[in-house]
Amino acid sequence: MERLSGGDMLIRALQDEGVDCIFGYPGGAALHIYDAIFRQQRVQHILVRHEQAATHMADGYARATGRPGVALVTSGPGATNAITGLATAFMDSIPMVVISGQVSNALIGTDSFQETDMIGISRPVVKHSFMIKHASEIPEVVKKAFFIATSGRPGPVVIDVPKDTTDPGELFDYSYPETLKMRSYSPATRGHSGQIRKAVDLLLTAKRPVIYAGGGVIQGEASAILTELTRYLGFPITNTLMGLGCYPATDPLFLGMLGMHGTYEANMAMHHSDIILAVGARFDDRVTNDPEKFCPGAKVIHIDVDPASISKIIAAEVPIVGPAQPVLTDMLALLQERIEVAPSLLDREAHGHWLEQIAGWRGQHGLDHGLLKQGSDGVKIRPQAVVQCLYQVTGGEAFVTSDVGQHQMFAAQYYHFDRPRRWINSGGLGTMGFGLPSAMGVKFAYPDAVVACVTGEGSIQMNIQELSTCTQYGLPVKIINLNNQALGMVKQWQDMQYGGRHSSSTYQDSLPDFVRLVESYGHVGIRVTEFSDLEPAMREVFSAKLRDRLVFLDVSVDPDEHVYPMAIKGGSMGDMLLSRTEQS
Amino acid sequence: MRRIIAVLLENEAGALSRVVGLFAQRNYNIETLTVAPTEDPTLSRLTLTTIGDDRKIEQITKHLNKLIEVIRVVDLTEGEHIERELMLVKVKAVGAQRAEVKRTADIFRAQVVDVTGATYTVQVTGTSGKLDAFVHAIGELSILEVVRSGVSGLSRGEKVVSL
Repeated sequence: MERLSGGDMLIRALQDEGVDCIFGYPGGAALHIYDAIFRQQRVQHILVRHEQAATHMADGYARATGRPGVALVTSGPGATNAITGLATAFMDSIPMVVISGQVSNALIGTDSFQETDMIGISRPVVKHSFMIKHASEIPEVVKKAFFIATSGRPGPVVIDVPKDTTDPGELFDYSYPETLKMRSYSPATRGHSGQIRKAVDLLLTAKRPVIYAGGGVIQGEASAILTELTRYLGFPITNTLMGLGCYPATDPLFLGMLGMHGTYEANMAMHHSDIILAVGARFDDRVTNDPEKFCPGAKVIHIDVDPASISKIIAAEVPIVGPAQPVLTDMLALLQERIEVAPSLLDREAHGHWLEQIAGWRGQHGLDHGLLKQGSDGVKIRPQAVVQCLYQVTGGEAFVTSDVGQHQMFAAQYYHFDRPRRWINSGGLGTMGFGLPSAMGVKFAYPDAVVACVTGEGSIQMNIQELSTCTQYGLPVKIINLNNQALGMVKQWQDMQYGGRHSSSTYQDSLPDFVRLVESYGHVGIRVTEFSDLEPAMREVFSAKLRDRLVFLDVSVDPDEHVYPMAIKGGSMGDMLLSRTEQS
Repeated sequence: MRRIIAVLLENEAGALSRVVGLFAQRNYNIETLTVAPTEDPTLSRLTLTTIGDDRKIEQITKHLNKLIEVIRVVDLTEGEHIERELMLVKVKAVGAQRAEVKRTADIFRAQVVDVTGATYTVQVTGTSGKLDAFVHAIGELSILEVVRSGVSGLSRGEKVVSL
């Protein structure tokens, strides 16, 4: 058997887990681990400029690939800087392992230099955490950490590693466990067949059905089966912000995103439905609006791998605990079995009327996807048009990450995602500063992919130091900055609810010259202020000539633009503001 | 409604803090909490009482079950169950009070477990309601100090909470 030090075991265990890259930042308590990294080749370490960015990179890597992302930070401030990234991953159920250095066991509890209780401070925002008490535990703890992070409802796991347990002077027998037995953890692997039968019975009674699918479909690798089931039934489908891409956005049955800034037709369809099939979605407050007024005529079938998500906000008529993929597979098989014998079980006529009604809603107040034809010079560029331009130029094939705010909603509304894992944003926690590092994580996972970060001048400044990391590793991500010189979403709420008093939401006189800023890091900056320059500039960003360069496209957009539709606070899903002057 | 929830969890450092943290984080109330290792030293048994409607209790039990170190969660109040709490009360006992305290203790089948010239320390066991009644009977004015263990409980009959 091999004899390794704790630090070497840790890195070796990562190798055995199939980890190819980790994102991190060194410091005192992590130095033994960093030395172990130096003495091997299989795990690449990416040196970031701030630990928060390391966690978002690991997160972006995980969202794009489905494989767990790994970050490594030192104790104290390194650990606390990782908290926002942990919370971001936790809220969106992203598999991630964060390894934090810790002061030596002998110093724990003495308020020693760079000591913080990482287990305690991270506890509410992790799926689980481990403190290494003795070096010999390292292989098993790593195995458990990856298993927990990736199984059931995925989530981030912390491993806190006191420095003495990685001491290069002490060697231990190393073997990586092949199997794992945890008596206290056994996530559901299939749905209950009786419940699935009940769900099928209910689905067959539907006259006005809607499928409401969320991030759980993507995390559960269930997009293909969901698409098959939806098309088989011919039911309309809407996606949550986290679910975009789990069903092809260009398919006629797709209603767009639902919720606070969802499309008129998606929200109206939900509100008037009689059966809702919810898959891997959690009835977030940004979806339901007032739960008391939620979809008054609807019965809910709720599939989720996490029982605690079911009937948390909205009571489910038929709860099904299980991963989306096997549950939907069983459900489709049963539906086919029933419908083949008696095709009249599906009320095609009612469904036809229903789809017509939805088409009517879309015709009335659907999003205008033709803004690129409407702009002109001398008129401020509409941010939505920039996203449409990005969609057109990238042919809908880019990985798109975003930060948080108006630009995020515009990207979600106007970029049509036909495939899962292409839309990467912080939906649950709403973390500004997520876009650039997560785009970098995607780029490490798929070096040849086109990766665009749709951001704003507010969010991008929250992790802009990572432009330096992009220089070091030659990461040609494309940054599309919707520059409205203000915290747009905050300003929008202030316009709507605070009489236009823009309290601390503007800073137009203190913004950097982004073109010169990115140039100072060795990147390419392009500024667009006139509409006629938008499309040529966008083409240049994605041109073969700039293929290997990070390009920052700084587009001056209309600072007065609001995101619509917008749910009316305290109303039902059908209550929306449709523009500054209209409501549903 | 008051509920008694029994939790079997790994006897590991940090496991209890996750249970307590869950209640704080999700705005659930803990009325009482007791915890100790079981006959199997790798397991701890925890009993907690909380107040909530069916929906809240369902969420609490689901979230407790989600904790990696938690092995079983049972709402004892769903069926017939036994609950016991232990209380030690130090009471002023001078003059006529000495006999009165002793009488009251006898009525409650409580025991005097320590005596000084001016005090009795009384041990009472039973349901939380009985303990409350004892405190009431003695009268708050004569009570010097109270310590209660919190509720422990298990199901009546042959049902067991185990691995």
